[in-house]
Amino acid sequence: MSIPEKEGTSDLSPGTLGLGRASFEGSNLERETPGKAYLDSNELIINMGPQHPATHGVLRVILKLDGEKVLGTECVIGYLHRGVEKIAENRTYTMFNPYVDRMDYCAAVSNGLGYCEAVEKLMNVEAPPRAQYIRVILTELNRIASHQLWLGTHALDIGAMTPLFYTFRDREEILKIFERYCGARLTTHAFRIGGCQYETYAGFEKDVKNFLTFVAPKIDEYETLLTTNRIWLERTKNVGVISAADAIALGVTGPVLRASGVQWDLRKAQPYANYSRFDFEIPIGTNGDTYDRYLVRMMEMRQSLRIIEQAVDAIPEGPIMGKVPKVIKPPVGEIYHSIEAPKGELGYFIVSDGSTQPYRLRVRPPSFVNLQALDVMVRGLLVADVVAVIGTIDIVLGEVDR
Amino acid sequence: MVEKYKSRYGSGLDAQTYLGQNYLQVDRSLIPDILRRLREEEQFDYCVDITAVHYPKREKQFDVVWILYSFPRNERVRVKTQIADGASIESSVSIWPTSNWLEREVYDMFGICFDGHPDLKRILLPDGWKGFPLRKDYGILQQDQEWVQINLGIESGQ
Repeated sequence: MSIPEKEGTSDLSPGTLGLGRASFEGSNLERETPGKAYLDSNELIINMGPQHPATHGVLRVILKLDGEKVLGTECVIGYLHRGVEKIAENRTYTMFNPYVDRMDYCAAVSNGLGYCEAVEKLMNVEAPPRAQYIRVILTELNRIASHQLWLGTHALDIGAMTPLFYTFRDREEILKIFERYCGARLTTHAFRIGGCQYETYAGFEKDVKNFLTFVAPKIDEYETLLTTNRIWLERTKNVGVISAADAIALGVTGPVLRASGVQWDLRKAQPYANYSRFDFEIPIGTNGDTYDRYLVRMMEMRQSLRIIEQAVDAIPEGPIMGKVPKVIKPPVGEIYHSIEAPKGELGYFIVSDGSTQPYRLRVRPPSFVNLQALDVMVRGLLVADVVAVIGTIDIVLGEVDR
Repeated sequence: MVEKYKSRYGSGLDAQTYLGQNYLQVDRSLIPDILRRLREEEQFDYCVDITAVHYPKREKQFDVVWILYSFPRNERVRVKTQIADGASIESSVSIWPTSNWLEREVYDMFGICFDGHPDLKRILLPDGWKGFPLRKDYGILQQDQEWVQINLGIESGQ
């Protein structure tokens, strides 16, 4: 009697479910992780991705597991590599501008701001005040949109489906403003070197103000769903902890760094655009876990609303383009300029040889560097937590791979 | 800070400022020492980026650039050095763990090797790829045809 039972249960063993080592016969997994001993029969290697709903794009993570426990990870990236930096060397400064929107496509406006400001700095020109205000409003709207997209997908990964509908419903209002402003919703190409692409449309200020009154209670609504939700707490508290020292050593920036208790935001530390005019705070966490990163981003959305509120009332009259020549030809030299993108420090290092094309353009992507911390954050956790941690770092693979 | 290092290293180090940004032009042999001192004595605790620039007409073809930031000082500095094609340079993973992927990307794109890197292999391109795309002699349409034909089963990636 007992023998058939055993056979019955063995049907549910990992091997027959396609999760065991046997299913990797012929794959090159073990060859690809040389110098590491995978000999213990309790340990197994699982391949997460590249096509996996919770990897937010095409990310492949090789997990080394002991039962459900993660012993180590290795990220395999590059599936979306388009050679953005090579393209930059073969395009003029103006022609390259729309390409930066395609890196972090959830925060295209931020990418454009960083690029335009870097080239402006190299040419020693400045955008006029009106353009600066429009830039700040659009960038902060984009930060809220990016955080909303993050919240919806991150909560969905963890198993809460409702926030996705809430956040996408409200993010739509931001995208509508973008669409009315420049015709595009995601890859906006909103700014030009020296100012803004377009003058604001009639009713822009009214739309932005309406959005502010509309979205403030919605953010509270997201919080009623999650902040004290017991399942959410169980899944995020003390998950993916990273200390401030580790985060700095690993070059992690953005909300992930701030959730570990480091009060550092480039908008305050090295103000760019006209952020020094606005009154806002830098929210920080204490534990550096997934829950704190959630709280930090929620508070950041509210701070962004504060900035927009101050900016929209103060937009000055005037031109939207500074005095830039038709053909952009920065003098010989090099510049590194970085901004606080929704995901962290987004930097551009541009070397000019005095021609119309960059001699070398390097993008310092926040997602790429932050993703490196995944291994430190998931060691010792369970497989299901890996999904939570990938979500909480807030990566966009378009930016990781460029 | 600059004066101190200039008197210590003499002609091996040159400090300049361009558009308000400081950079140190350093001899290749002094790199590991200077990077470590910047980390330990000058509190440059955050390695923002490591990258390279290719100048094919120069004798030492590559500029390797470290962009560093100090949280306590709220200050940035760039360290640059020149190295020849085929020469390698000491890895800084033991100074800043974040250098790991950044150095792998420099290797992937330029073919510059970092001595003492724990796992130096390609990061964005596939392992078997031939050529280093961000070198100036690598055309924008150029691909590793052999890799494309074997792995993707198509005649050409173009």
